[in-house]
Amino acid sequence: MKKTKDMLSEDGTRPVKQEFVKRAHISEYPTGPGFTAGHLADINAGWRAFRPIIDLKKCISCYKCYMVCPDGVIFKIGTKGVAVDYDYCKGCGVCANECPVKAITMIKETLD
Amino acid sequence: MKLDNSKKLFVSGDEAVALGVRLARPHVISAYPITPQTVVVERLSEMVEDRSLDADFMHVESEHSALSAAMGASAVGARAFTATSSQGLLYMAEVLSYCSGGRFPVVMMNANRALALPWSIFGDQSDSLLLLGSGWIQCYVEDAQEALDMMIQAYKIAENSQILTPFMVNLDGFILTHTYELVDIPKQSQVDDFLPPFTTPNKMSLENPMNLGFSSTPADNLEFKYQQHQALLNALPIIEEVDDEFGDRFGRYYGGVLETYQTDDADFVMITVGSITGTTRVVVNTLREEGKKVGLIKLRYLRPMPEEALLEAIGDAKAIGVIDKDISFGHEGTIFTNVNSALAKSSVAIKKHNFICGMGGRNISKNDIKEMYKLLEDSTKGKDVPAVNFINLNTSVSEVE
Repeated sequence: MKKTKDMLSEDGTRPVKQEFVKRAHISEYPTGPGFTAGHLADINAGWRAFRPIIDLKKCISCYKCYMVCPDGVIFKIGTKGVAVDYDYCKGCGVCANECPVKAITMIKETLD
Repeated sequence: MKLDNSKKLFVSGDEAVALGVRLARPHVISAYPITPQTVVVERLSEMVEDRSLDADFMHVESEHSALSAAMGASAVGARAFTATSSQGLLYMAEVLSYCSGGRFPVVMMNANRALALPWSIFGDQSDSLLLLGSGWIQCYVEDAQEALDMMIQAYKIAENSQILTPFMVNLDGFILTHTYELVDIPKQSQVDDFLPPFTTPNKMSLENPMNLGFSSTPADNLEFKYQQHQALLNALPIIEEVDDEFGDRFGRYYGGVLETYQTDDADFVMITVGSITGTTRVVVNTLREEGKKVGLIKLRYLRPMPEEALLEAIGDAKAIGVIDKDISFGHEGTIFTNVNSALAKSSVAIKKHNFICGMGGRNISKNDIKEMYKLLEDSTKGKDVPAVNFINLNTSVSEVE
């Protein structure tokens, strides 16, 4: 089993999707539903109807959005500014609602 | 009374459980009191208080929380114990399947007690039998000594790496929990040699962070259930091994999954679960003196269901009877269903009769059991004996003209 630290992106900010290889034999399954923390086998954003777009020119790096995001998909870029991991963002809009400088806008997703 | 680790003590079934639990050195005990289990947790809390047991005693506000807390303790690698009865066990039901599916080997004592309504604090086995499918190992004991010994064996079986399944030890309410007998107390050092510390791959730790107890989509769900089923089947030979080892070390063998009494040449075999075994054994002795070929199978485990051992023990019997202190309303006794299934799968066609009795604390006398053996004999002689019989009803139930 991989270690949790081996499942992060190079800069260590985000977990990276890992292919879950279907086990050929039942003995290779974990004992009960337990597995190395941080293993994300699927992206999970399929039902997002609105996408948060961050205007970094307005962002004051207060990190309120980072704190309130219920899915932990907002992450810091270096020492200033934030970005959204769209592989896991569900589009709830809490970040946009809480942003004190209105730097986040929710844009309707399109099917293209 | 102070429960020291003397060589022998005159104690109740509940106290024997507490003594057995102390010898198994649990780290965490979480429990909510309910008659007739209460004495178990009272004694354990006294032991924690007087420091003869080095464990955390968690006071919780319900049975649902009691088992949740025990499961949580097990999930960090602690040895956990809880105890309950009747409505309390049913209140825990949701957590029972969490605990077994998560493969957390908690050990629980259940004082078998009737289910409401009508409300009753007296004993029968409706509570645990309702939860046979919850994924727990279910063992039923006959006396206080066996109760104490099984607390120690339970951890050894439940924590086996091939099993990792929670374990329920059942004692008949009042008949066992509140009657006193002289019990042999094993030495702590001997128990320590027999029962190693708990280790599991299935725990939260800072060294190996894990996501525990997660959901599973239809793509993987069945595999986890299969694995759980396999773990319970794996327990069958390990139950025998552990019982043998226990016997070698402590001098008491219980026969593993079941115990037979006078079955070798028996035509009429009664299958019993729990304390009624003792009374039935006395009846077998009496009937044997009268020349009747009767025998008895004490079924110690109902999950895993020891089908092979059961069929072997039934052997060439002409008729079997199953004593059920429960009824699955609109069908038959639950133990009867389970025994019948084993026979049907092996195409064993003999007379089979179910005796529903002892519910809500109703006494089962020696004469009642004699009557049951008589019905088995009648059945083989061509008399029409119903498959399901209520024994010792206090009123007539024949149809009114």
